[in-house]
Amino acid sequence: MPVLDTQVERYSVVIAIGGVPIRVNTDAMQFLELLRKRYAGFVSAETEAEFEFDIELAEPTFADDVDVRVRYNSGRWFMERGDFRAEWNPATRKGIIHQTANPYSIDAVLRIMHTLVLAKQGGFLLHSASAIRNGKAFLFAGVSGAGKTTISRLAPNDATLLTDEISYVRKHDLGYLAFGTPFTGELAKLGENTSAPLAALYLLAKGPENRIEPLPEADAGRELLANMLFFAEDQEMVHRAFQAACDFVHRVPVHRLTFVPDARVWEMIG
Amino acid sequence: MSKALYVARSPRIAARKLGEEMLVMSAQGSTLFTLNPTATILWQAADGATPLDEIVERRICSAFDVKREDALRDAEALAGDLAKHGILLLSEEPIGSSSPVKEQPQP
Repeated sequence: MPVLDTQVERYSVVIAIGGVPIRVNTDAMQFLELLRKRYAGFVSAETEAEFEFDIELAEPTFADDVDVRVRYNSGRWFMERGDFRAEWNPATRKGIIHQTANPYSIDAVLRIMHTLVLAKQGGFLLHSASAIRNGKAFLFAGVSGAGKTTISRLAPNDATLLTDEISYVRKHDLGYLAFGTPFTGELAKLGENTSAPLAALYLLAKGPENRIEPLPEADAGRELLANMLFFAEDQEMVHRAFQAACDFVHRVPVHRLTFVPDARVWEMIG
Repeated sequence: MSKALYVARSPRIAARKLGEEMLVMSAQGSTLFTLNPTATILWQAADGATPLDEIVERRICSAFDVKREDALRDAEALAGDLAKHGILLLSEEPIGSSSPVKEQPQP
């Protein structure tokens, strides 16, 4: 009598954003291919990873109208939104995601994961476009409509676009590094998977002329906090995010960049 | 004679002076507040052990040209507001060491 083999084949992909490799395991080959395509440029050839998630694909039974919630309980992080439920144990560095077969849910989990990891190191994710020019990185932050996509679209050929929507900022020595991310906005173009020392943060505003004005530290801190991605309902993490923002504006020049939406604005940057 | 009122910084608050402004952030709802100069003095002096009237006399009357009675009345109202937002703790007894200072020095 033949022995039935019930072992399910597992497929893996390592996604490295901000130099942090996260292995994602799934038993659905088709979904793995979707992930490889979605994170092209951020898929690592290395098999080693700092963190690991198993994905359990499910039928769409979650409520659509639930906002994202992130809370810490009994040594584990619980993350949920209308389209996914996930948990992650920082001690074992492993987690599980229950979601439907779409790239948006894991995208959200990865963003949350990176905010948690970065917060421990004084870094953060920011609603901003970012680019490298002349070896230095620049962030362009603002709410929807402030000009993130516009300034990304206007970037000259000698600029390397890191993202048009969500920037990755990590503390490094006495300064900061900005990394490319696959998190896209209207431009729908993945950022380059590279990094550079951060030179300045510009808060965007469209106006009748191109102008750069320095921002007082307190104003810069308020604006930065308003644009930081932060999800955790957790006192320690809120305090860490606050201190990270205060440290940042003390060390990195923050300016208001008012610009006419044409390529001349880049003459002032870099 | 009214009872002494003690004020202490809430342990659920993180604070930092940026430039000339004191920013405080409450973990509750991740709410950010900017304290005015009087509130900043009150926040910095709120050690849980010094009565409010003493803080007013030593720190506020000496910094602003204001009568003690007026300053105390305003400070009580301000402390009440800050307590409503979870920034300060109020008590008629000294408040113990359960409210460590969360204000961070500039790096």
